[in-house]
Amino acid sequence: MNIERIVGKSVPRKEGREKVTGESQYVDDMVLPNMLFGATVRSQIPRGRIRNITFGPGIAWDKFVVVSAKDIPGKNCIALIGEDQPCLASDSVNHPEEPILLLAHPDRSLLPQAVAAIAIDYEPLPAIFTIEESERRSEIIWGEDNLFKTYLIDKGDVDAVWEKAAYIVEGEYSTGAQEQLYIETNGMIAAFDAVQGITVWGSLQCPYYIHKALMALCNLPAEKVRVVQMETGGAFGGKEEYPSMIAGHAALLAIKAGRPVKIIYDRMEDMAATTKRHPSRTRHRTAVSRDGKILGGEIDFTIDGGAYATLSSVVLSRGVIHAGGPYYWPSVRIRAKAIATNAPPHGAFRGFGAPQSLFAMERHMDRIAQTVGLSPVEIRRRNFLQPGQATTTEQVLREPIDLGALLDRALEVSDYHARKRNFAKQNQVGISRKGMGIAAFLHGAGFTGSGERYLSSVVGVEGCADGSVRVLVSSTEFGQGTKTVLSQIAAEALGLPYENVSTAQPDTLEVPNSGPTVASRTVMVVGKLVQSAALGIAQTLITSGLLREGYSAEEFHAACKQQVAEHGQFRSWSRYEAPSGILWDDQAYRGEAYAAFAWAVYVAEVTVDLTTYSASVDDFVALQEVGKVLHPLLARGQIIGGVAQGIGFSLYEKVVWQNGRMQNGQMTNYIMPTSSDLPPIRVFFEELGNIHGAYGAKGIGELPMDGPAPAIVNAVEDALGVRFDSIPLLPEDIMDALGAMPPIGATGRDR
Amino acid sequence: MTDFRDKHAKGEISLTVNGEPKKVRAYPMERLLDVLRLELGLTGAKEGCGEGECGSCSVLMDGALVNSCLVPVLQAAGTSIVTIEGLAVGGALHVLQETFLECGGAQCGICTPGMILAAVHLLNGTPQPTMDEIREGLSGNLCRCTGYTQILEAVAEAARRRSTVRTTA
Repeated sequence: MNIERIVGKSVPRKEGREKVTGESQYVDDMVLPNMLFGATVRSQIPRGRIRNITFGPGIAWDKFVVVSAKDIPGKNCIALIGEDQPCLASDSVNHPEEPILLLAHPDRSLLPQAVAAIAIDYEPLPAIFTIEESERRSEIIWGEDNLFKTYLIDKGDVDAVWEKAAYIVEGEYSTGAQEQLYIETNGMIAAFDAVQGITVWGSLQCPYYIHKALMALCNLPAEKVRVVQMETGGAFGGKEEYPSMIAGHAALLAIKAGRPVKIIYDRMEDMAATTKRHPSRTRHRTAVSRDGKILGGEIDFTIDGGAYATLSSVVLSRGVIHAGGPYYWPSVRIRAKAIATNAPPHGAFRGFGAPQSLFAMERHMDRIAQTVGLSPVEIRRRNFLQPGQATTTEQVLREPIDLGALLDRALEVSDYHARKRNFAKQNQVGISRKGMGIAAFLHGAGFTGSGERYLSSVVGVEGCADGSVRVLVSSTEFGQGTKTVLSQIAAEALGLPYENVSTAQPDTLEVPNSGPTVASRTVMVVGKLVQSAALGIAQTLITSGLLREGYSAEEFHAACKQQVAEHGQFRSWSRYEAPSGILWDDQAYRGEAYAAFAWAVYVAEVTVDLTTYSASVDDFVALQEVGKVLHPLLARGQIIGGVAQGIGFSLYEKVVWQNGRMQNGQMTNYIMPTSSDLPPIRVFFEELGNIHGAYGAKGIGELPMDGPAPAIVNAVEDALGVRFDSIPLLPEDIMDALGAMPPIGATGRDR
Repeated sequence: MTDFRDKHAKGEISLTVNGEPKKVRAYPMERLLDVLRLELGLTGAKEGCGEGECGSCSVLMDGALVNSCLVPVLQAAGTSIVTIEGLAVGGALHVLQETFLECGGAQCGICTPGMILAAVHLLNGTPQPTMDEIREGLSGNLCRCTGYTQILEAVAEAARRRSTVRTTA
């Protein structure tokens, strides 16, 4: 094997300098001549028919551009997996904040008054807001049964295990909605002319999702829709699907106005109207042997999708496949469903269903441990998947992963055993209680099942006229370092200095569809295609006699220049082909769910203050096997950032709902962790490699979101001896649970 | 955005921005953030929340760290403002810009201008801060990407490199 020169090193970021100087252009920094500003008139009720719309007095309506569903040139939908979500409600609404009308005006400051002056008269219909209400079907609000999607995983003979079980352990777990809370709110600019068609510039993850949605909405052919990503100020899944809605709105206004239109959401609109993590409920019933081995079990996993189908079916799919955790289940039956409620649609958020089902699994493992009388460490060790064993979808593990060794190392670096012993002593007195918790988990990289096959991504690498090389992908940068890592891969493949490679800004006029920037797929799947397209460039130059094998960088530049001078544009393409042996059965929901899994063991140390009832994390160890780490600094940054969001998910971030509307849509009352709320987050990598990823890389972005919540809640239980099965776990929840305990002040004086 | 025009007339306001004297015509209650971004074309300061919670619009006003979304421009009259655009001199990055780059302190970059200015402010007052002082000093600036660790490391590294940090304020 060659010694790699560039991958594995923390080279300077391609997208770094402009970000620290303030020069990066985000969508709200862009101004087009003659541009109008757009605003959205939204539903004030959760469900009903629109009877009448009145444009109130005191507003110069003739100076406004007004768009309704009647102005849509194509289909009134946001084309995604399905087409059930309207771009603008025409006769009925199905959730609060559903868009109904669009306004545009040259003066941005006049829009809020104009929006407020529009009165909509509704005939209200009964609405439903919880998983349980949706299951009861007293109101059918979507399809025939309120069900967006169901899955069944059925492995082995579960019905036969109950009589053999020494213990049957049951539990119900739930997780709340979580706001992505990227610091840059959503925004888009659209411009239209009859010759070129529609162009949008915006804050987004998936240029070709928007491309597809605009073609259907505007009734335009592919070549008349252009989507350009601006610098994007955080996304985390929150800019996967909703930007298609905003792009559609900006496009409709721009078409009607004949002028460019900018729409920027303010924070409250962004929080109230756009997607959040799906709330979930998971029920476990597990048969366990006398010595603590899982014999089989039933898992019921349900997520709340909100009012339209959007991405719920695929969120559910990832959640259901991760529901069994990193354990061996001789038999298991997992029923999963995504249900409809009259809330704004829930959507993609880092982890995509897995943080929900893994929270339940890892809380349940601690409950099994207590029931059997084993430690949380030992119960996991006895049930870990081993190479050669099969997952719940019957995917046989072929890589030599040793989860027991990962666990040992995590316990060692966190000083788990010594600290746990000390805390057990310390917890007898004083006004705080300390505890340790662990979570073991896995995260599949790339699209689930046949997803990558259907996507059939294409990547280009271009040899440029100046002899440099440019990567052409629709994969977007929003903080992860996409351009850096893909440039590293191309430079490594071509044997060129990193400085000679760049990555194009995603613009559908310029880059092929390399798929969406989601699912921890960019480095592993797209990176592998970049590697092969880059090799194609060298191959062409060698075959044509312009370059010799074992070329130097100077020779490459000269050959590349000559090729472009003689033949014009010089590009090499690579299309995804499913690796042989990766087989998935969509009908039976069985087979190789992911080309690779990343594995992890996280350890949390928490303190619960018995005066304020607040839990805080004092130390956090994140140990993971993610294949080859291509850029250690960026990889560490991804893990720490994901853990921080996981800590928020566990202990801080609560969406307060009333009749389907978020009540706390401000940073003042929706609380994310600040720098003084977070512990040292200590990151450790193991590197096993992965034959399916670029230079052995696996996916990394979502993994760190999965483990913090169960590790932290397990630690809170360890500290207090009280069980908590729902997150977010706020001080008031702890206070309620401890309500029966003696007054704390008395204990404090005992010290 | 709030419309204050029916209450007050536009007037001329003088202030110093990144060392240069500027005159702008603005409504007195216009937000300093909007004047910087729209009138002066300095788009480095970002609006993350519009209510002083996130710190993305942080700038220095006579050396004090302020949320420019909460400052009426009239209040900035006669003051000296430093924005992110004023830190790099002649193409040479400020030490905090260098260490943010090297330590991974910027991911998506949207909080970075405000975060760097908060760090400049911190190091001006506390040239050799402890890790706890850095945590506290930056706790008014939200970052959703990094989990802050690499930002804290960038600030500690900048403090190590220079006992006092130059500012153009």
